[in-house]
Amino acid sequence: MTAAELSAALAGGEVSATEVTRAHLDRIGAVDDRVHAFLHVAADSAMAQAADVDRRRARGEPLGPLGGVPVAVKDVFTTIGMPTTCGSRILEGWHPPYDATITRRLKQAGAIIIGKTNMDEFAMGSSTENSAFGPSRNPWDLDKVPGGSSGGSAAAVAAYEAPLAIGTDTGGSIRQPAAVCGIVGTKPTYGGNSRYGVVAFASSLDTPGPLGRTVLDAALLHEAISGHDPCDSTSIDAPVPPVVAAAREADVSGMRIGVVTELSGEGYQPGVLSRFAEAVELLESLGAKVTEVSCPHFRYALPAYYLIAPSECSSNLARFDAMRYGLRTGDDGTRDAEEVMALTREAGFGAEVKRRIILGTYALSSGYYDAYYGKAQQVRTLIIRDFDAAFGQVDVLVSPSTPTTAFGIGERADDPMAMYLADLCTIPSDLAGNAAISVPCGLAPENGLPAGLQVMAPVLADDRLYRVAAAAEAAFTGRWGHPLLSEAKGLPEKGGTA
Amino acid sequence: MTTDTLVPFAEALERYEPVIGLETHVELGTRTKMFCGCTTTFGAEPNSQVCPVCLGLPGSLPVVNGTAIEYTIRIGLALNCTIATWCRFARKNYFYPDMPKNFQISQYDEPLCIDGWLDVPVGGQLVRVGIERVHLEEDTGKSLHVGGVTGRIHGAEYSLVDYNRAGIPLVEIVTKPIAGTGAAAPDVARAYVTELRGLVRALGVSDVRMEEGSLRSDVNTSLSPRGSGRWGTRTETKNVNSLRSVERAVRFEIERQAAVLDAGGRVIQETRHFHEDSGTTTSGRSKEEAQDYRYFPEPDLVPVAPPADWVAQIRAALPEAPSARRARLQAEWDLSALDMAALSNAGALDLVAETVAAGASPADARKWWLGELARQANEMGLELKDLSITPAQVARIAELVASGALNDHLAREVIEGVLAGEGDPDQVVAARGLVVVSDEGALNAAIDDAIAANPEAAAKVREGKVAAVGPLIGAVMKATGNQADAARVRQLILDRLS
Repeated sequence: MTAAELSAALAGGEVSATEVTRAHLDRIGAVDDRVHAFLHVAADSAMAQAADVDRRRARGEPLGPLGGVPVAVKDVFTTIGMPTTCGSRILEGWHPPYDATITRRLKQAGAIIIGKTNMDEFAMGSSTENSAFGPSRNPWDLDKVPGGSSGGSAAAVAAYEAPLAIGTDTGGSIRQPAAVCGIVGTKPTYGGNSRYGVVAFASSLDTPGPLGRTVLDAALLHEAISGHDPCDSTSIDAPVPPVVAAAREADVSGMRIGVVTELSGEGYQPGVLSRFAEAVELLESLGAKVTEVSCPHFRYALPAYYLIAPSECSSNLARFDAMRYGLRTGDDGTRDAEEVMALTREAGFGAEVKRRIILGTYALSSGYYDAYYGKAQQVRTLIIRDFDAAFGQVDVLVSPSTPTTAFGIGERADDPMAMYLADLCTIPSDLAGNAAISVPCGLAPENGLPAGLQVMAPVLADDRLYRVAAAAEAAFTGRWGHPLLSEAKGLPEKGGTA
Repeated sequence: MTTDTLVPFAEALERYEPVIGLETHVELGTRTKMFCGCTTTFGAEPNSQVCPVCLGLPGSLPVVNGTAIEYTIRIGLALNCTIATWCRFARKNYFYPDMPKNFQISQYDEPLCIDGWLDVPVGGQLVRVGIERVHLEEDTGKSLHVGGVTGRIHGAEYSLVDYNRAGIPLVEIVTKPIAGTGAAAPDVARAYVTELRGLVRALGVSDVRMEEGSLRSDVNTSLSPRGSGRWGTRTETKNVNSLRSVERAVRFEIERQAAVLDAGGRVIQETRHFHEDSGTTTSGRSKEEAQDYRYFPEPDLVPVAPPADWVAQIRAALPEAPSARRARLQAEWDLSALDMAALSNAGALDLVAETVAAGASPADARKWWLGELARQANEMGLELKDLSITPAQVARIAELVASGALNDHLAREVIEGVLAGEGDPDQVVAARGLVVVSDEGALNAAIDDAIAANPEAAAKVREGKVAAVGPLIGAVMKATGNQADAARVRQLILDRLS
């Protein structure tokens, strides 16, 4: 059942929130020892929340479309009553005293927070292998990574452990795992969703967004969590784009679609490119006008990203110093505060986090700032101009979501550059702050693993993503005769309500 | 601790020209903190005025306090600065346990106010001090290092941190280098901080209490060998917490640096700590091995762009500056610059102004505050403003004298009574029975007696030697228990003997 179908069943009284939650907890109990999508399963509070939703529905209180629908939340969002670790030892056991704005909005919408999902440490990575608590696995093939950093969220949705999940996208951390897990994931416009209570990796890039098994499901979650938040200065004070309506219309006739020249070619897996080409043809057959558009500065996006994101992270992660919360190492009475800070950070952070802190510290150093951080910001401006020029000609841009399908666990763990390339297609939209979505476009013939179609839209035109993605999804599903995910063979058949 | 060799001040000035500069931090008196809604009351229970934002908890985000921006613009305008039409906050990165995020949100190369000046009265002259910049930042928490001798972190057994102060808006006012003041340099430094404090207080943006740390000055001093045309290396003296200390710190650094230079040494660019007890400075951390703060624009905040009409409104609503007020009062009261300086130095300016406002003549108000009241304050070891008498009470006493109800002698008794807590002037007059003898019969009888007892004096007056009337007046006053109006007695005697 999709979240939309669940929502209808709950509203019609065919099923209770308690039953739905119980079923998902059972599914988690049955498969999560293999998938490891969750760092924390909130069984008790989820059941209590479900009972409350059932009471409210019985009293006739109005509930939104997510009333009683379970949602898995990436462990980077603060949650009262649950730990928030960001996949890091340094925050192990930390119970935040406040809810993220998105956590609060989910609760207000009656969504059931079923647990906290695994992630690369502090959202740095593309495979969840950088989690201090072990990797999650791809439900299509348990030896493959589920992508990252929101890999736990993507795996939970693909494994039917939750109908919906929240992730964050800094360089592709929603779209890339969605693509390699064969589900839908959106990076909304930067500022469209509140970052308050999202433990920061790179403040100017971090964007919370939805993951779901269908485009409409993602749109329902998108709409429930979006909108202006006075607690986040970078939050945009504008109406939420009509994403649910757009997902329902699913009409691309007359739309101008641009294929980004620079996001294909060498380094891309042949099966990914062939599925992408089919998707473009499909959209054309649905009445879209397809042209090729060049964005010449996208080739500099990856290096610019790997200066900007580490720079911001080096500052954002400075607060983990053992003084107020989280891990404290070496405080045996013989060491001063500085030594305890150093020992704690040495013990508490993983290799990739340290690598980025060092990179960022270096890039921001006096004498290097202009050459690194300053230059990267100039590249960022050029990428924004590329997007502006492109959106002057077309309504949306498309590309593959990732250069390859899911890679094997351990395959790229020792090669940071290979790992970074997984975000090649997704990074430009993070740097520019515009909206983008990944929607499944079939299986790569060479390995039978899912490939994703990425659609990119201008700032605050998130509805266009859903219009295009929903049209593609409908046409593909019609062609395949079933949802793509039903071909996933990594796990036993789903059972019960899920 | 080594004792520094010093060169006597006057001798140092013969060979070197001091250049000074001041960086003054003012805690703004906003109701809430710079980036969150916590209250800012001084002296509250430690860590009782904190929230996720000012504690820098993971996921929390800052939101700018608009009142703090307005207050800073007020200060900038009053200091004749240009107000930026667009500026940003920046992160200043360094690790310290009282810094919740291990970076301070401050302003770096884009301050809110730049390039102004303040005219400072020094010995009856005005010295124009250039203002480099006025910027806004957040205060840090307050550390208390327990155990150990120095009260600093090194050598302490343990440290306590109070985060109530963390996030209180702090304005930093930086002067341009002040050169050419010669031996007056210590006075100029003190007069500048005094004038700035008065200005900020008049603006109503801070209570500027140096003893509570809501105004703190760092003093930069360097020496230029006379005739060399080159400036020396400066030191930055911190912990200068009173006006007197500002003056002493400059004086000490001039004497110390002169000795270093005389011995062929080189002044080290460093932070120095001022010691109130000894009036000396000692070396802190060296700036030459100083940390790199890795400033970069704060990505969690949007730029601040104060609209021109708002700035114009703030300018129009500025209260009268203390310097303008002094000039106005000097003209209104018809005083010389030195008389005016004497009033200011005695701390009597506001008291006299309030006494005049309560109805006294400027001459009477000055006479009482600088005369009898200054004497009383001196005897009690109090500041004038701390005497338990109000300007309105002083005005009433002056009124009683002017109407002839009291003479000066009786007025002093009334003052004594008021200071002793016997009530208002009228109550003291009534309770002590202090009334000028105006009964003509009694006075004439006393005059007859006085003339009879002093025939020689009476004869001289009859001959036209008016100055000889003194002993006669004295005798009458004595006979009436000092309760007669001396001027009237004088006139009556002269009439009688003409």
